[in-house]
Amino acid sequence: MQTGPEVSKYKDLYARDLLAEMFRRMTLVREFELRAIEERRGGLIPGFIHSCVGQEATAVGASLALTDEDVITSTHRGHGHLIGKGGDPKYMMAELAARAPGYCNGRGGSLHIADFSLGILGANGIVGGGLPMATGAALGFKMRGEKRVALSFFGDGATNEGTFHEAANQAGVWKLPVIFFCENNLYGEGTHIQRCTPIDDLAIRAQSYGFPGVIVDGNDILAVYEATKTAVERAKAGEGPTFIEAKTYRHRGHYEGDPQLYRTQEEIQSWMKKDPIKRFSKALMESGLFDDGDLEELQGSVIMQLNEAVSFAEKAEKPAVEEALAGVYADTHNGLVF
Amino acid sequence: MRELTYSDAIREAMMEEMRSNPNVFLMGEDVGVFNGVWGVSHDMLAEFGPERIRDTAISEMNIIGSGLGAALVGMRPIVEIMFGDFLMCAGDQIANQVAKARFMSGGKANVPLTIRITSGAPGSAAAQHSQSPESWFMNIPGLKIVTPASPADAKGLLKTALRGEDPVLFFEHKMLYAETGPVPEEADFSVPFGQAAVVREGKDVTLIGVGIMVKKSLLAAEMLAKQGIEAEVIDPRTLVPLDKDTLIKSVAKTGRVVISHEAHRRSGPGAEISAVLAEDAIEYLDGPIMRVGAKNVPLPYSPELENHVLPNENDVYEAALKLCGRS
Repeated sequence: MQTGPEVSKYKDLYARDLLAEMFRRMTLVREFELRAIEERRGGLIPGFIHSCVGQEATAVGASLALTDEDVITSTHRGHGHLIGKGGDPKYMMAELAARAPGYCNGRGGSLHIADFSLGILGANGIVGGGLPMATGAALGFKMRGEKRVALSFFGDGATNEGTFHEAANQAGVWKLPVIFFCENNLYGEGTHIQRCTPIDDLAIRAQSYGFPGVIVDGNDILAVYEATKTAVERAKAGEGPTFIEAKTYRHRGHYEGDPQLYRTQEEIQSWMKKDPIKRFSKALMESGLFDDGDLEELQGSVIMQLNEAVSFAEKAEKPAVEEALAGVYADTHNGLVF
Repeated sequence: MRELTYSDAIREAMMEEMRSNPNVFLMGEDVGVFNGVWGVSHDMLAEFGPERIRDTAISEMNIIGSGLGAALVGMRPIVEIMFGDFLMCAGDQIANQVAKARFMSGGKANVPLTIRITSGAPGSAAAQHSQSPESWFMNIPGLKIVTPASPADAKGLLKTALRGEDPVLFFEHKMLYAETGPVPEEADFSVPFGQAAVVREGKDVTLIGVGIMVKKSLLAAEMLAKQGIEAEVIDPRTLVPLDKDTLIKSVAKTGRVVISHEAHRRSGPGAEISAVLAEDAIEYLDGPIMRVGAKNVPLPYSPELENHVLPNENDVYEAALKLCGRS
């Protein structure tokens, strides 16, 4: 399992701004999730929430290794990916609240947020649904000779979906600039990966498709960042896909309200000790680049940003009901499609 | 006007669009080296090369899903599904990804993806290679569904599909590939969606045919003419969008209607068309709306059994005769 560099090397290896941004975005993801859960309880958010609390390092580490021109496909547990790729919490919160100025004008909700201007091709309500899409985007980049990559986030459960195997095979054959990024949080909904998959390391599946499969500590943001950087370089050099299996854990249930009968408190507590944000803040302070005050300031700015996002969502108009018929097609042929 | 086969008309539409727009490309199973299992893309590999005529793995989910992904980053893919029956392998990608991408994103996703599909019974291909699955997808908002019945419409409708910004399921009937007919040569020739064609005018009964049943409805119309019955034959050309006005106008004139398609009778395209006519044209009707389609059993292998199950011109003729009080 790949881990990040020693704390003593941070100074030489990374710009302070990048490290600060990693911390800020991870904190933003965490606080966004906690706030969304609160606002759902309070009634602002009508739909369900699959929070990614505990998986901030994978979402942010992988996204920050990409450029603005690169694209991602996301999952049902996608808020972290969206924020990682630069999504604005204001429009995300408004979408969760089903408001008109939300990312999808209230038509998509948590599972379907997309922002094509940021290269976010969409969260997805279907396990494994985005893998072929990322493969196709990578095909488009390759055909046009553009130095761009597509990264598909998916969970351990998706590696048992046909889309994973079909997409990985074709991407391997065509050496497409695509990164298959598996967040192995051990559970596909309520079923432990070992109860539904006969291997321990999912990364070995890459072998059958002719490209490297690497395993990283998914709670170590710099490990995730470095592995993704390497995969991006490989993709942009025309060498084809990489499968990254990031071992991580979701602190909360599959969805808010999940009774979690499938796992023990001891297991949850043992992973809480490996909390990716606590771990990174500790390392940042040990590196001598940041002190308590610096991190508190970053955290404070995140809280402010989320207060603004919630306030924006609360005040935002609800979509006009006629809007339900808009945006199904580019051309409705004078309404005949309905 | 020069004549082309239905197959070559489709090929010509693809080639013209590929020549004029570098973002248009074709991918699917055996579309390149093999020339397409139905021969539609023959020799396209020689002109466009393997980058733009891409032989894929037998992976329908990925063919359609990566068509979507390529479309989302600005390409204009044509993907081929060798047999319509195989669409079910890609069910999620069609129903949950392709069809809904634009709507779910608040109208932002652009999905210029054309899915070319062969449909219909080519003869003793049995239950998994003979279906006409058009109506399975009519219940999924976000898709457009096109069923060309002539070479000219095949070319013209495909041009419209390839120049549009929406996902299109383009159903090519296997038994029409060898049909010939006049096809305009003008580069800007296209046939708009949502405009039914009055293929034959008549005043006594309307025969609405889908796909290959247009041809069979025309044969039925000739048989009816010998009985002194003047049948009007209408081809909706696109099932989504559906040109209700032309259908209603014809029924208003004739007062009688027989709808036929090769899909099974139950919940086939005729069910929707019947409902539209019942809602909007009931006052013009002098008799029940008649539907002709394949019997509600899987398509059999034996030629005799298959013929018994599939609809033909006699079925249309007899339904019309009965409506006209002549049987």
